[in-house]
Amino acid sequence: MTDIFVGNEDEFKDRGRKVIAHGDLEIGVFRLDGGFYAYENRCPHQGGPVCQGRVLNRVMEVLGEDKTSQGLKWAEEDVHIVCPWHGFEFNIKTGRHPGAKGVRLRPYDVKVKDGEVYVVV
Amino acid sequence: MDSGIEQPRQMNVQEITTATDTRDILARETAYQKAKGFRDWTIIDVDAHHSEMASWKEVVRHLEDPILLHYAEEFQGRTGGAPGLSNHMPGLRYQDIGGRIRHQQKLAEPVPESDEHRDVTLVRRSMEAMGIDYQVLFPGNMLQLGTHPQPNVEAQLALAYNRFVCERILPADERIKSLLYLPLAEPDMCLRIIREFADHPSVMGFMVTSVRFKPVHHNSYIPIYRELEERGLPLAFHAGPNWSDDYMKQLDRFISMHAISFVLCSLVHLTNWIVHGLPERFPKLKTIWIESGLAWIPFLMQRLDSAYMMRQSEAPLLKKLPSEYMQDMFYTCQPIETSNMALTEAALKAMKAETQLLYASDWPHWDFNPPSTIYDLPFLDEQAKRNILGENAAKLFGLDVNRARAA
Repeated sequence: MTDIFVGNEDEFKDRGRKVIAHGDLEIGVFRLDGGFYAYENRCPHQGGPVCQGRVLNRVMEVLGEDKTSQGLKWAEEDVHIVCPWHGFEFNIKTGRHPGAKGVRLRPYDVKVKDGEVYVVV
Repeated sequence: MDSGIEQPRQMNVQEITTATDTRDILARETAYQKAKGFRDWTIIDVDAHHSEMASWKEVVRHLEDPILLHYAEEFQGRTGGAPGLSNHMPGLRYQDIGGRIRHQQKLAEPVPESDEHRDVTLVRRSMEAMGIDYQVLFPGNMLQLGTHPQPNVEAQLALAYNRFVCERILPADERIKSLLYLPLAEPDMCLRIIREFADHPSVMGFMVTSVRFKPVHHNSYIPIYRELEERGLPLAFHAGPNWSDDYMKQLDRFISMHAISFVLCSLVHLTNWIVHGLPERFPKLKTIWIESGLAWIPFLMQRLDSAYMMRQSEAPLLKKLPSEYMQDMFYTCQPIETSNMALTEAALKAMKAETQLLYASDWPHWDFNPPSTIYDLPFLDEQAKRNILGENAAKLFGLDVNRARAA
C-alpha cells in the first residue's frame, strides 16, 4: 500500500476536488460535507474521465400524496459527480449510480494526517 | 502497511469545460488504445459532426439565390433563436443534459489563428485523440432541414452548405470525407448536387436526412437513385431527432423523444425501401443506415419477415425475405446499446456485422462512441473488430489507409 499525497486539506473547498495521476492511474479526490472520497477517474460505462465532470445535486421527482407528479427538484442531500463523456451520474459519498444497481466507481481510501490529504493505492 | 509517500502529478484539467481541448476531453481513449494495443488499427469513423451553425455566415455566403442571401444576411444580427433560414429545433438545446456534457454544449477551445478553418483543426484533434484514419463529416442542425416548411430553402441551403464544405473544409485534409447533403424535397436539386460534387475526391457518396415525411419510394426520387447507382456511389440515410409530429409530442422528456424518434424514422424509411422493392430496382445501390443504434435492426428483420410471408402480394417486387435485403445493407454502430450483451451479440449476428457494420463515433455529440466501444465487445474475434472499426468502410468507400497515414 502506498500513500499518495494529494494536497493540503485547506486547498479543498466543499464540493471541490483534485484529480491526480500516479503512473497510469488517475484518481479524483472529492471533499463533501467535511469528508473526503476518492475514485478512479474511469467511468464504468465507456471509460470516460468521470472525476473531471460537473458536480451537481441529484434530480428528484416530487410526487403528491395522491401519486400525481408535482415536478422536479434538486435533492438537498445527494451530490453527484457527472461523467463528462455521456452523463453517467454517481453519488460522491457512495460512488454508486443512483438508478442502476451494481454500476459504481472504483473507490480508494483517503487519509487526512496533520491537515494533509492522502489517497491509499 | 504504508511503504512510503509518493508525489503524484496534478492533472492539467481538473474539470472539463467548454474551453477544454478536444484532446484532453478524449485523453482517456488515447491512453486506452495505447494500453490495449489497437492504436495502429485502421479506424474509419463514418459519422461525425461539425457545428455548421458556428460558421453560418460563411455557409450562407454560398447561397446563389440573391433574395435568400439577402434574408440570410439580414437575419445575422437578430437576437434570439437560430440563425435565419434554418429551422433549428429549440428542443435540441436539451442534448447536453443541462450542461452536464460540455463537448455537446460547445467546443469553445482555443485554436491558433491561421488560414485553416477552425472546424478542420477541431476535426483533426478528435481524429488524433481517437486514432482515426478517416472521418466522414456531417453538419449538425441542418439534419432538421427535411422538415423545413419551404422546400426551396432546404434545396438552396443544401447547395450552399455543400459548396462551403467542399471549398473550405474537405480540401484542407484528405483524411476528412463527407457524404453530401441531398435535399430530397427538390429532386432536381439533388441531381444537380450529385453532378456538381460527385467527382470531388473527398465526397464518398450522398446523404438524406431521415427526419422528413415524404416516402422514400416516391417516383419523383427514382432518378436520384438511378444516378447514384450508375455512379457507384452509396446513399446514406442519417436519422435524427424529431419532436414535432403528433406521436413525438407525447414524449415530454428529451430522453424519451431521443430514444424513439431516431429509430422511428429509420424504421419507416427502411420499411418503405424494402416493401417497394428499391433493392430489386437498384441492386447495385449501396445504402447506409446511420445513427439509430443496432437494436432496431433484428426487430425490423423479424417483424417484416413475419408479415411478408403472409402478405407477399403487397410487396410483389421482392424475391427474398426482407431480412435478406437488410443483410446486404450497411449500418453504423452508434449509439450502440450494450446494457444486455446477449442482445447486442444477437443484433450483430443478425445483420452480419463482420461485413456490414461500420464504426461511427458521432463525435462531438452527447452519446458518442469512441472506438474502444467496438474493441471491448467480448464476443467478437480480432478480425471482426478490425472489419467493423475500419476495414468494412475502407472497402465500401475505396479508401487507402496507408495514404491517410502518410498524409
